[in-house]
Amino acid sequence: MRVLNQIIAVTTINLKSLPQRFWLSLSTVVAVTMVVMVLLSFLAMVAGFQRTIDGSGSDNIAILMRDGSQQELNSVVMLDQVRLVGEAPGLVRKPDGNAVMSAELYVIVDGIKRSTGLKSNLPMRGIGLDGAALRDGLAITRGRMFEPGSNEIVVGENLTREFKGFDLGSEIKLGTATWKVVGIFSMKGAVFESEIWGDVTVVQSMFRRGNSFQTIRVRLENDGAIEALRTYVENEPRLKLAVQSEKAFFAGQSSGTIRLVKGAGWPLAIAMAIGALAGALNTMYSSVATRSREIATLRCLGFGGFPSFMATLLESLVLSAIGGGLGALLTFLIFDGFSTSALGDGFTQIVFSFSLTPALVKQGITLAMLVGLIGGFFPALRAARLPIVAAYAQG
Amino acid sequence: MTALISIQGGAKRFVKGRETITIFDHLDMTIEQGDFIAIMGPSGSGKTTLLNLLGGIDRATAGSISFAGQRLDQMNEGQLSAWRAANVGFIFQFYNLMPALNAARNVELPLLLTSLGAGERKRRVETALKIVGLAERAKHFPREMSGGQQQRVAIARAIVADPRMLLCDEPTGDLDRKTADEILSMLQLLNKEMGKTIIMVTHDPEAARYASRVLHLDKGRFVEQVAA
Repeated sequence: MRVLNQIIAVTTINLKSLPQRFWLSLSTVVAVTMVVMVLLSFLAMVAGFQRTIDGSGSDNIAILMRDGSQQELNSVVMLDQVRLVGEAPGLVRKPDGNAVMSAELYVIVDGIKRSTGLKSNLPMRGIGLDGAALRDGLAITRGRMFEPGSNEIVVGENLTREFKGFDLGSEIKLGTATWKVVGIFSMKGAVFESEIWGDVTVVQSMFRRGNSFQTIRVRLENDGAIEALRTYVENEPRLKLAVQSEKAFFAGQSSGTIRLVKGAGWPLAIAMAIGALAGALNTMYSSVATRSREIATLRCLGFGGFPSFMATLLESLVLSAIGGGLGALLTFLIFDGFSTSALGDGFTQIVFSFSLTPALVKQGITLAMLVGLIGGFFPALRAARLPIVAAYAQG
Repeated sequence: MTALISIQGGAKRFVKGRETITIFDHLDMTIEQGDFIAIMGPSGSGKTTLLNLLGGIDRATAGSISFAGQRLDQMNEGQLSAWRAANVGFIFQFYNLMPALNAARNVELPLLLTSLGAGERKRRVETALKIVGLAERAKHFPREMSGGQQQRVAIARAIVADPRMLLCDEPTGDLDRKTADEILSMLQLLNKEMGKTIIMVTHDPEAARYASRVLHLDKGRFVEQVAA
């Protein structure tokens, strides 16, 4: 109890005398704030990207691409293969007996970013008649679906928000043709909201792709049906296709980008944390130096070295906690929900929103406290070991 | 009178580069319970070093220092801290109050080292501030008080835990004559009425006149001991 009383008393003295060291203390708070902001903005970006990817794709939909293709872009599927897949077991069928499936073509077109005015790659997808039925959660929020056989397109909400020229009713040149935007769709923020959709036969024609497609999407009867489909495809020599669930496909598509962003975020934050650590050490050594007379006086009165150690450490932790809290708050205010786009593994822009979750805030605060702990530890040791007479003489 | 503190063969030396500087050597002294000693001497004579040794905040190079039969020179840092808390009140030239704490909180500091509860601590702080005539300034911060008032707060802090000995390092060095006399009268009162043993280092012969005994230290030796 006596030691606790001493720690409380010395900590109170330290914290109440912070205004005397205002600018130095503020510099530490600002440095820690910046560290936490950098870290959390990167992590919020990854979390937002991940959430978009996780919200994309279904376990009940299978994607078939040419065996060995990693991306839709380098896959080729021919019309006869599409017909063979339509006879596979385990597929949901319509009343006419045909499978619910969509052979799709995926091409890259140019788009102009609203924020920078710079050109970016955008994904344009030609979908079949069942294409819309193979997108869970799809809703046309404005306008209507395109008419098959026409130069009409529908555009994802995220894409419309981030890129110029895709407003409802506008006409835009994509490839060699001019297309009319007749609808805007949402899909709960999924990756498809970054796409432009048109009728697959028109897209094939306008982009001179003949009868070739790149992917086939089919709806499965149930989760286990994918194995039946895979067995069928493996046993059919004319189908050199790889089968995977749509969810697995998107997870694989995003892993490289997520690794890249995470890989940049942590090293950058740690490099900044080392800088902040130097600032914290400087602040706390200075704090001990300016309080040396107070510390010596307290030691004269009979206070032990441990309360001085703890009080210095607590001061450092308090400054870091303030910095960490401010960093998290500013990141939340500036970045949470902030919409941007990043290059996905398919070499096209995926639009997503930053997402600052409580778990990420915890990571940011933990890093801030680590800076405070290390930044305060050595100065605290100095405070505890300060020779009373020498400190008294310094005062 | 019984010996409260005694130094036998006390020595203090510093090594500076290749040179060894002797502050004092073979120093013997005895201070009785209830003494009011003024230690005078020129700068560098070792007055403050002697006070530091008596207060257990510095260690002698050689010799023994005893306080009521306890050997200070054989105590470790923790034991010395506990001994200081229980037996010594310090009064400094520049008061050494904590600027961030008000008068009452400053006075309370030594009591945080005891097992007293908050209520008893408050009562003792009030009593100590009343003794030094500053009961009404309990909530005032050091910056809001004159030098004389700050020194009286420091005296209240020094006596609040009821130590047997007060060590004063130039307690009036920063005060005008009138205020210095008030402070010295207060110390004299504490010595006579409350039986505190007081050891005061001073340059000021006027201040020394308040003591019951004056020791002159020069080049590490007591050259003269006179009754005031």
